[in-house]
Amino acid sequence: MRSRLLSLAAFVASAVIAGSAVAQEKQVHVYNWSDYIDESILADFTKETGIKVVYDVFDSNDILETKLLAGGSGYDVVVPTGPFLARQIQAGVFQKLDKSKLPNLSNMWPQVTERLAKYDPGNQYAVNYMWGTTGIGYNVDKVKKALGDTPIDSWDVLFKPENAKKLKSCGINILDASDETFAIAMNYVGKNPDSKETKDLEAGGKVYSAIRPYAKTFNSSAYIDDLANGDVCITIGWSGDVLQAKNRAAEAKNGVNIEFVIPKEGTYMWFDNLAIPADAKNVDEAHAFINYLMKPEVIAKASNYVQYANGNLASQKFIDKEIMENPSVYPSEEVTKKLFTISPYGPKEQRVLNRVWTQLKTGS
Amino acid sequence: MAVAQNSDGQGKGGLGRVFVVALPYLWLVLFFVAPFFIIFKISLSDTAIALPPYTPVFEGFGAIQDFVSQLDIENYIFLTDDPLYVKAYLSSLRIAAISTMLLLLIGYPIALAMARASASIRPTLVMMVILPFWTSFLIRVYAWIGILKPDGLLTLLLQAVGLMGPEDQVQIFRTDTAVFIGIVYSYLPFMVLPLYAALEKMDNTLLEAANDLGCPPLKAFWRITFPLSLPGVIAGSMICFIPITGEFVIPDLLGGADTLMIGKTLWTEFFGNRDWPLASAVAVILLILLVIPIMIFQNQQKKVA
Repeated sequence: MRSRLLSLAAFVASAVIAGSAVAQEKQVHVYNWSDYIDESILADFTKETGIKVVYDVFDSNDILETKLLAGGSGYDVVVPTGPFLARQIQAGVFQKLDKSKLPNLSNMWPQVTERLAKYDPGNQYAVNYMWGTTGIGYNVDKVKKALGDTPIDSWDVLFKPENAKKLKSCGINILDASDETFAIAMNYVGKNPDSKETKDLEAGGKVYSAIRPYAKTFNSSAYIDDLANGDVCITIGWSGDVLQAKNRAAEAKNGVNIEFVIPKEGTYMWFDNLAIPADAKNVDEAHAFINYLMKPEVIAKASNYVQYANGNLASQKFIDKEIMENPSVYPSEEVTKKLFTISPYGPKEQRVLNRVWTQLKTGS
Repeated sequence: MAVAQNSDGQGKGGLGRVFVVALPYLWLVLFFVAPFFIIFKISLSDTAIALPPYTPVFEGFGAIQDFVSQLDIENYIFLTDDPLYVKAYLSSLRIAAISTMLLLLIGYPIALAMARASASIRPTLVMMVILPFWTSFLIRVYAWIGILKPDGLLTLLLQAVGLMGPEDQVQIFRTDTAVFIGIVYSYLPFMVLPLYAALEKMDNTLLEAANDLGCPPLKAFWRITFPLSLPGVIAGSMICFIPITGEFVIPDLLGGADTLMIGKTLWTEFFGNRDWPLASAVAVILLILLVIPIMIFQNQQKKVA
């Protein structure tokens, strides 16, 4: 009995010692999207700086925002998307970046930084990590079988009920991200995609209610696998996700051939950005981490892995040719002009939006 | 003698007894009443783009009057205005009621068979009912995705035995049927164990007597076994019905976009709309709805005791 007690005491003591040792070690707590980095970058960062990375992932902006708004999240670097970033800045969630600690800012791409300023006026709080578009991902063979030779280059493919009806049997997924899907639909019916007017939102909603009977699922993460497995043949999806599905299908050699297209009517352009919460404990380490990610060869490695475009101009010469030359990742000038961004929704507008969206999803 | 013992107990163990009685109440206050009042308080405030995302925030007792004057019940009025919430509550209660019936229909024969099995294998049977708990609940629900999805195990099985053509696929995943399957599977032990406990302690000589007096087995079941197992039936039903009503994980993973349950609605309010006050109001009403079955349960327990 006594020996047991002794060993217990020894265990507790060693745990306490180990705990204090950890507390002294330099570390940075990073909260990023799932499947969104080449993990070797984290190991390289630790090797170079001696700062340990505690890495954690999420799969929706809503979850990130709820943790940030509750306060005391314990994270030092987080990666919110544009409109969420804007609202969180307004709520006082973030601290201003100390640009003297971020010399690699000179590598950034002005075109992206300028657009990001819509969410972060003066670029004071955030640095772009990756950006992309929300377009159509589809299974080439199944869609061809359903629609014949209709060219897949327009939202008509999905939003015209007669097309959606033909696609029903092979599976339609709608991205469950109401702010983006509504902006796209409002743009499609000729309204301002950034409108927050109830009547415009309702006009956007009508696009979806017309095709609701033919939609199989509404989700924003499981659709990657569904598309790769052939359970879904067409989806509104994020560029990198669809390319991941394409790769997974190619790896599985299951005969599923997937493509992504930016429709000619234009679409939503989003930015995922690095920011530091106001209550972060390891502020210096957070700056070091962000600065490291702005090194051209490092962020190029990340882009090569996740297949998203980044906001770092200097990195472009390190990015794989097939990604740089893929117009669905780095679109042409002409297409880029048609891409739009949206400002954040206020609480009342958000309620109208999500109410219409829930109604659509549940069919009630 | 009895009197002496009694006064003795009060003299020496008085404080100890108070402590023992107070402990569960303390637990209840700390982990139920206090959180409930925090939720209730938030449900009376308004959303704001701030940290935390609602106003007014309770800051010290000096401002208490000011604080109270800013509270209002508009969130509750909103809940009754919009048919979505009423529909979601009703749909949750419907799904919980149907699931509980199914659980009873499936769980009762299992419990009865266990109780009638020879005493030597009963512990093994109970063990088998409990065994699934050794695997994470979430993983077990995910396993059902693998079984039910269109190209999943069920389709493969039906195709292999020839009940389905090679082109056909089971269309269960992401429907209400899948939700029922997931719920019945997950909650079955919670139904079987109370039923088994009630049936196991039943006096079998009663059935022998019925048999001797010429009562057919089925009638004996309805007149003796079932009434005697009623406490188990009610306990099992309540233990299942109450959490199923607020279930979120199973409908989210297995249900379709049109599966409407209050747990999912609450999630949207909290995460999608960032409307903590309204989400809190939804939670308070859910609790009030569930207090009724809980009280029935308590009443029944008292009768048994």
